[in-house]
Amino acid sequence: MENDEEPEVQIEVHDLYKIFGSRPEKGLELLKAGESKKNILEKTGQTVGLADVSFQVRRGEIFVLMGLSGCGKSTLLRCINRLIEPTEGSIVIKGNDIVTMSTEELLEFRRNHIGMIFQNFALLPHRTIMDNVAFGLEIRGVETEERYKKASEAIKLVGLEGNEYSMPDQLSGGMKQRVGLARALASDAEILLMDEAFSALDPLIRRDMQDELLDLQERLNKTVIFVTHDLDEALKLGSRIALMRDGYIIQVGTAEEILMNPSNEYVERFVADVDMTRVLTAQDVMKKADPVISCKSGPRLAARLMKEYGISSLFVVTQHRLLKGIVTIDDVVEAVKQDHTTLEQIVIEEVPQIQTDTPLADIIPIIAESKYPLAVVDQDTRLKGIVVRGSVLSALARKESEPIVA
Amino acid sequence: MLPKIPIGSWVSDLVDWIEANLGWLLDAITTLLRFLLDGFRDLLMLLPPLAFIPVFAIIVFFVTHRDIRLAVLSIVGLFLIWNMGLWNLGMLTLALVISSTVVALVIGVPVGILSANSDTVEAIVRPILDFMQTMPAFVYLIPAVIFFGLGTVPGMIATVVFAMPPTIRLTNLGIRQIPLELIEVAEAFGATPRQKLLKVQLPVALPTIMAGINQCIMLALSMVVIASMIGAGGLGYEVLVGIQRVNIAQGFEAGLAIVILAIILDRITQNLIKSEKRHE
Repeated sequence: MENDEEPEVQIEVHDLYKIFGSRPEKGLELLKAGESKKNILEKTGQTVGLADVSFQVRRGEIFVLMGLSGCGKSTLLRCINRLIEPTEGSIVIKGNDIVTMSTEELLEFRRNHIGMIFQNFALLPHRTIMDNVAFGLEIRGVETEERYKKASEAIKLVGLEGNEYSMPDQLSGGMKQRVGLARALASDAEILLMDEAFSALDPLIRRDMQDELLDLQERLNKTVIFVTHDLDEALKLGSRIALMRDGYIIQVGTAEEILMNPSNEYVERFVADVDMTRVLTAQDVMKKADPVISCKSGPRLAARLMKEYGISSLFVVTQHRLLKGIVTIDDVVEAVKQDHTTLEQIVIEEVPQIQTDTPLADIIPIIAESKYPLAVVDQDTRLKGIVVRGSVLSALARKESEPIVA
Repeated sequence: MLPKIPIGSWVSDLVDWIEANLGWLLDAITTLLRFLLDGFRDLLMLLPPLAFIPVFAIIVFFVTHRDIRLAVLSIVGLFLIWNMGLWNLGMLTLALVISSTVVALVIGVPVGILSANSDTVEAIVRPILDFMQTMPAFVYLIPAVIFFGLGTVPGMIATVVFAMPPTIRLTNLGIRQIPLELIEVAEAFGATPRQKLLKVQLPVALPTIMAGINQCIMLALSMVVIASMIGAGGLGYEVLVGIQRVNIAQGFEAGLAIVILAIILDRITQNLIKSEKRHE
């Protein structure tokens, strides 16, 4: 949240409560007086679904609601398009409060602004793939030709072209959920609500679908609220994650924030088994690339820098910090003896490079093989930092929160 | 000893009152049902038997997605009915069954939809259906005769009452069985209640509703025999006469004709259910 270019807030949920039962006001009153969920159920028969939920989602985020079953995540998701009526609170989407909308306004809003994707795909069994995908447009009253055109585009987007006239029961689980995705995309809604969307798929297909979603998201930049009970899925997909328990949101933050700085014991236990090497990336473990040396400099400067910093190799960059290669102490000493004026002859250009978002799990085998530190570069091969063995080890050992990047 | 509660005489008072005050309504119903029945009978009798049979078989062939066995079965069965000299009676029975079924569906499907969408309606409808189904079929004949006299119309009324419950029950069940997610799809994409009904609930429940229609037809066919006791006519009357005169030949032939009609109607509707499912 550090820069000013943050996209605008698109969904703002404020003090949301949901009490299930015949007399929700009673339950709400007790809840606000500090009664526990269990006591309220015993005393009044009212079930607390959501309590004191507030959060914001910005345009283009994948906001993950995570928690065990019964924690209220699906209830919260359904409050956002009012499939479940909230008891109290506001949900402002693009400046409109969903909660106070009339029935007509709500229908209109659902038709144009929100798409939903379901755990068990929820395809209509009597319709072809094309007619399933076109369903939202049909409800909106779009002409046949126009809606088939848009549906075809959406089908293509999820890679199902050729299956337009199949029936849902002819498709595999993964394909069915692509249809579900296409149906939500066809209506051009900028907000997607995904309810355990990949939970019914087998693990391999699930991973593919997650990658596919991230890929689509990069191109389409939707605002996604994604419900899951799977921590790995949450960490992989979530720009930010809200961890829920008993109807409350316990912690909201990025994957790193939640893993490195759990707000209480429950979160800590929840994230205890996470494979950190899949969560941390090069960016999290790299050190500042300092010193570096310009390729125009001479070997004497290199030798002095190495001595000063006590290191045996030095990364060489061009003027815009584009990575050129690395020089070693032995070569530099040799070059000084032979009176070379630049480093060009001794630069080793084939050095291992990793991207800023390379996960630690992929870095470990590379660094084990490499004689030199690893260069961390961005897409333009600009040097962003370096990773040495020590920093990998300390990142794995640490559980404290302070950022590793100096 | 407790005095006997006069339920019987209350009902009979009610019947008297209806007869005295709602005569116009009874007349209107009679006219409507007569019109419906005559229409179907005239339609079935439009062609001479030997022309009707192949036309019927061709229609069956295409309606059931080219099931050749069913078409052959229809030809053989109908030919046998004609051959036994029961053609006119058979067509009257068929017209009775079809028109009763149409009335039962026109009332039953909407009631089924209403009770699927409202627990209150279901709570009211369910005991009435239990009553309709368990009350001995003959008992319907009494008020039917009192209100509508003897003849085909009271026979139809009794048939409709008897055949309607499965339509209501299975329409209700079919809609209630739809997975919650499919209903949520309709709502999440902004469907109005009407769109939800027409684009999701009815099409998804259709196989179950079709099973209800099949049951409705079968029950109607069994009831038209009983209804012949109050003059509904058709094959049932032949069976009745056969029993009264201990005429085995007459009774058996008429009974066989009813069985043939039943099998043909059952297979056609079963086949419609199956082809519906195949489309899923």
